[in-house]
Amino acid sequence: MNRSLWIFVAAFGGFAAYAFLAAGIAHAQAPDLSRFSVEDRKSGYVFLGEQVRALQDDDFQNPGMFAVDRGQRIWNTVDGEAGKSCATCHGDAAESMAGVSARYPQFDADRGAIINLELRINEQRMTHMMAPPLEYESEDLLALTTYIAGLSRGMPLEVNIEGDAAPFFEKGKDFFFERRGQLDLACNQCHDDLDGMMLRGDKMSQGQINGFPFYRLIWNSVGSTHRMFEWCNTSMRAEPFAYGSEEYLNLELYVAWRGRGLLVETPAVRR
Amino acid sequence: MAQDIGPEVVAYEIIDFAIPAPLTDVPGDVERGWTIVQNAANATCLICHAMPMPWQPDHGNLAPDLAGVGSRYNAAELRLRLVDPKALNPDTIMPAYYQAQGLNRVQEKYVGQTVYSAQDIEDVIAFLLTLTEE
Repeated sequence: MNRSLWIFVAAFGGFAAYAFLAAGIAHAQAPDLSRFSVEDRKSGYVFLGEQVRALQDDDFQNPGMFAVDRGQRIWNTVDGEAGKSCATCHGDAAESMAGVSARYPQFDADRGAIINLELRINEQRMTHMMAPPLEYESEDLLALTTYIAGLSRGMPLEVNIEGDAAPFFEKGKDFFFERRGQLDLACNQCHDDLDGMMLRGDKMSQGQINGFPFYRLIWNSVGSTHRMFEWCNTSMRAEPFAYGSEEYLNLELYVAWRGRGLLVETPAVRR
Repeated sequence: MAQDIGPEVVAYEIIDFAIPAPLTDVPGDVERGWTIVQNAANATCLICHAMPMPWQPDHGNLAPDLAGVGSRYNAAELRLRLVDPKALNPDTIMPAYYQAQGLNRVQEKYVGQTVYSAQDIEDVIAFLLTLTEE
């Protein structure tokens, strides 16, 4: 073999090796998670394994999408003595509801307290549709909440904690830092200080709620923020509060503020 | 008929950052200790701690690895760490496994109960003392 042919073979071989290596490096690269965090605030998505992320990412696989479809049907269904559906007044939810859930929970002057999306839906049903409230955590209320929250997907959480909301926010914050239960732990001890560490087989998350209502694999169902609060409380062997209780509403406001700027992921999928 | 108020909590004394006296007259049973610490239904140590048990999946890592803990502490020191760890560090996340009073909003079914019985504590201490290899 002459000298120029050797040079050609060596150059080609070098290029092939480089291309192979580059492809390998690209493959091994971590996925881009920048959309899932703001400063030091991280969505639960960041702490998931690849398979669960893939479930959330694909609307045709995401089991929470069944709730979205059901919610859309309910949105358009007439119920109650006034003969109205949600759509009668709000029209196309894709327009009227975009961004709404990112501002919940919020202070409600009529209640003189905090209201969240679930309770707002029921308040609207009762006052405008003359329909009975849907039971908290019922399939229908979860579906409607998931549908409406899903229309804010990709928008940043931005709840108002000023003015009338301030004292309720402070109560929610106190709850977060208060030890409770036989195991005597406060939310912050794990979710502020130990996120990313292994709790048996699970990575400890920050307890962010930007993907709620969410589909939880160990529950095999969609669940609300308050069901998750209840689950956390009873895991600490603490007496939980009721769904829709003032304690959980205040906590929800604090936790939503704590995740300010995180993008709505509803329906998120979590372990 | 006496009401079921759960295990009676045995009085103990903290001396020099330790509880020197055993909580029961029955010496700790190492085998029972092995079983207790792996019980997933009752706040197993594995939630937060790694232990030298390769057959157990998914050991937690948000608290110290317990391998070698038996050469780092004696029985009296381990007893305080299980019974009342906040006596050493008020901010610790380690739950007290032998505390029934002075807790906030305990779930109804656990009111007046300790996580471990006095004998459980002694058995777990006996087990932990066997973990001498780092």
